[in-house]
Amino acid sequence: MITLEVLDPGPLAVVEDLGRPGLAHVGVTPSGAADRRSHALANRLVANPEDRATVEITLGGFRARIHGGTVEVVVTGADATPAVDGIPFGVNSVRRLLPGQALSLATPATGLRSYLAVRGGIDVPAVLGSRSYDTLSGIGPPPLRTGDRIPVGAPGRGHPRLDGAPVAPIGTAALEVRVTPGPRDDWFVDPDALVHTRWVTSERSDRVGIRLAGAPLRQRWPERQLPSEGAARGAIQVPPGGQPVILGPDHPVTGGYPVIGVVVDADTDALAQLRPGRVVRLRWCRTGIAAARPPYW
Amino acid sequence: MGAPRIRDYGDRALLIECGDIEGVLALAATLRQARLPGVSDIVPGARTVLLHLDAVTDRAQARSELETLDLNRAATAGDAEPVEVVIEVVYDGEDLAEVARRLNMGADDVVAAHTDTPWRVGFGGFAPGFAYLVGGDTRLAVPRRAEPRTRVPAGAVALAGEFSGIYPRDSPGGWQIIGRTDAVLWDADRPQPALLAPGMRVRFRAAGTP
Repeated sequence: MITLEVLDPGPLAVVEDLGRPGLAHVGVTPSGAADRRSHALANRLVANPEDRATVEITLGGFRARIHGGTVEVVVTGADATPAVDGIPFGVNSVRRLLPGQALSLATPATGLRSYLAVRGGIDVPAVLGSRSYDTLSGIGPPPLRTGDRIPVGAPGRGHPRLDGAPVAPIGTAALEVRVTPGPRDDWFVDPDALVHTRWVTSERSDRVGIRLAGAPLRQRWPERQLPSEGAARGAIQVPPGGQPVILGPDHPVTGGYPVIGVVVDADTDALAQLRPGRVVRLRWCRTGIAAARPPYW
Repeated sequence: MGAPRIRDYGDRALLIECGDIEGVLALAATLRQARLPGVSDIVPGARTVLLHLDAVTDRAQARSELETLDLNRAATAGDAEPVEVVIEVVYDGEDLAEVARRLNMGADDVVAAHTDTPWRVGFGGFAPGFAYLVGGDTRLAVPRRAEPRTRVPAGAVALAGEFSGIYPRDSPGGWQIIGRTDAVLWDADRPQPALLAPGMRVRFRAAGTP
């Protein structure tokens, strides 16, 4: 059996796949890869079926050694200068690892999360149909630790067809994100302040939510409390302090803060690459056909 | 009441306003039966139901399917006999005396009020397996504790606002604890991990009583 021995997980390395949708009514959040697009690309490049798990590595620093066989790997998302035995091979590039060789990631210069796919997938036991780690409730395989030996699954029938994929690098300029208004935009004195404010990504951001800092959004009825309602990835909740939180993959399933707008689904992957300090510009998108535009950083 | 209002919730979900929790439970039951294509989850809230969709392309179709359902008739669909769960409780919670004092009731009266009127599972949240129980004796409304506890044990039976609830795992918590149960609210290894799901009826019974 092929295994990956974790030599150093870095700041945070968790196993993620497409998550466990459909259980929010019993309190289980969907979870899954924060940047689904980079996760999916990683799987595709090593010819994995789309349901295979990858390692989501936050701010690089990850090192692992391969045992028991030869296997193709790829790293997508934040460019953490992946290297084999110290020799860099580039992000979005398929690399063959021989038994005993060590893969290492440095700290990325831009972006936040890198995805390591191994041909065959990370084969830890699934919980409730998914290998994703849910940081909010601790469901799924725990964060990787030094010394862990993680099993690699059997490869699918396909073989990698490409050596790599051209992907625009993740920038540092303000990230533009499209937002549909509501459902609770009427709870705010000036809902348009959301799109006129220069928001800065707070360091208190994680897989549960991205906190934005800027001029506080004022609620029309500060004493009124919204009865709890269902929540979703991309929803922009505004707690009483007026600093918005964009919900991430591990969001609470229900919440009592009004949602002023919801980030268009296709734009939520780019949010997962926001580093603290990066500026976010929100733009109203009222057409309802947002999905048609190609993704960009 | 008029037809429930359907709002867009981003481009992959729809939020349906129901007015009250009875409407929510009835609508959620109707939607579960209807098995609309493209709907990945039906999430009740206190006044709303959120429909998660598989893909952004499913939203227009889901909206038109919703409009063909007779949502006003939902109230009758929800009247089908709900599943009932009986939960045995030892009423020795740390806050029982304080709750009784606040409500101008004896501790025995609090227990009687909690056990005599059946509750319903309204909606989830807070933790896997946690259920906001609604529809109990209205006299039991108490505010949360001023100082939340850093650790509430699994199985603690508690009150807050109009709700009752049972902590599914050890966690911090600010609800008023009136008792404890051995019932396992959450077990990921069970076919149905959550003991309680929206719409179910819950009866509390004081341990040692018939």
